[in-house]
Amino acid sequence: MDFFYHIGRYILLMQKVLGRPDEKKMFRRNIGKEIVAIGWDSIGIVSIISFFMGGVMALQLAINMENPVLPQYLVGLGTRDSIILEFSSLVIALILSGKVGSSIASEIGTMRITQQIDALDIMGINSANYLLFPKIIAGAISFPVICCLCIVLGIGGGWIVGDVSGMVPSNQYILGLQFMFQPFYVFFSNIKMIIFGILITSISGYYGYYAQGGSLQVGQASTQAVVVSSIAVLVFDLSLLAFL
Amino acid sequence: MIEVKNVSKSFKDVQILKNVSTVFEEGKVNCIIGKSGSGKTVLMKSIVGLHEIDEGQILFHGRNYTGMNDSQRKQIRKEIGMVFQSGALFDSETLEDNVMFPLRMFSGMSEEECRERANFCLKRVEVINKNKLYPSEISGGMQKRVAIARAIALNPKYLLCDEPNSGLDPITSIVIDNLIQGIAQEYNITAIVNTHDMNSVMEIADKIVFIYKGEKWWEGSKDEIWHTDNQELNDLIFASSLTKKIKQSL
Repeated sequence: MDFFYHIGRYILLMQKVLGRPDEKKMFRRNIGKEIVAIGWDSIGIVSIISFFMGGVMALQLAINMENPVLPQYLVGLGTRDSIILEFSSLVIALILSGKVGSSIASEIGTMRITQQIDALDIMGINSANYLLFPKIIAGAISFPVICCLCIVLGIGGGWIVGDVSGMVPSNQYILGLQFMFQPFYVFFSNIKMIIFGILITSISGYYGYYAQGGSLQVGQASTQAVVVSSIAVLVFDLSLLAFL
Repeated sequence: MIEVKNVSKSFKDVQILKNVSTVFEEGKVNCIIGKSGSGKTVLMKSIVGLHEIDEGQILFHGRNYTGMNDSQRKQIRKEIGMVFQSGALFDSETLEDNVMFPLRMFSGMSEEECRERANFCLKRVEVINKNKLYPSEISGGMQKRVAIARAIALNPKYLLCDEPNSGLDPITSIVIDNLIQGIAQEYNITAIVNTHDMNSVMEIADKIVFIYKGEKWWEGSKDEIWHTDNQELNDLIFASSLTKKIKQSL
């Protein structure tokens, strides 16, 4: 019953969120601020993780595929497809649900308990729309960009680590990258990231918006936001596989 | 003028407000007093629509706020300035941006005009040369003053203050009281102050509404309050030994 209660309340909140913004100039300004907070500020952690994961992936594949029957370029192919299809979208989305999700839930939750949201409501502003809509749009814009960055750095990491360690020759790795390349995978991964961006920002915003009590409850809301948005990401990832 | 007619409000099975009726007059400071948990804040939040009332009516200059939809209410909400107990300034904005916020949203003024108006309001509440600071960088008293500046930025018809003196020293409290009183008279605003600070009540109240266990128990002026025989009200206002001595000396 609790599940349906939250689904219903989430849908009602989204109806409020998706209304027309009160002031377009402020709305555009807020989208810019949120792109910086959600996208730009996540580039550091995503870059480090992507580079090292690409490197580890290439090395693991090289070690496990050390067989004269299997061509070496398969390391490049395997690294490429793993990074494009799952790592750049699913794994990065899970990481961002922790970083971005908890930040949104605690920010909005603190605004709720310190009556800043009440202040917006009293001014006649649709607080849900004002606070959450820019975050959702920023998530939908930033996440695919992060996904592309992750693909580049992950594949680059695999190349550099494979080459430096001497386990995967550069020419073989690059051949693998080009072999049977499906541009649709990149498109598909970006579509997934747009959906994950919307899910993470809206679910986290939902938990923050309805936070009640004090700092303890804001902490709980933040934790719930991360858990629920991670589960939602996993469920949608599995569901979207049907379109591949 | 704000009229409250037979307002009742419950949360789950607990009735917080019971058939409260009163009138808050224009150009005057109306104080709602009562013990903690008596329903003062619920009444104030019901007046501005943060709580939906179960029964009764709230009228702003004869306009029935209770029966309005969200877009109709939005128009009235632009005429309301509210100062919260915590100040409720936006943490991520500077003091100047906090005051400019309602102007940017609703006034249609240019950025320069908004800034000028914000500076005027900040000067009115005696916050000078602090425009670029953030709320966390100033004292509680100053936060309240900035909250008042934000509340008056759009020239509201109604100013509601929820415990504006809580957590402030007596001198700063007097500054805040004088500001509220001065602004109410200067702009002919209907001011409602929710407080249990009896010094404030005696300083600025033109009308006092006493809420006891969710009911309007008493209403009158600050002159009448000294001579009331209402036991519960006497228990509240003469709770301290100082006020008891004053009462005895009268």
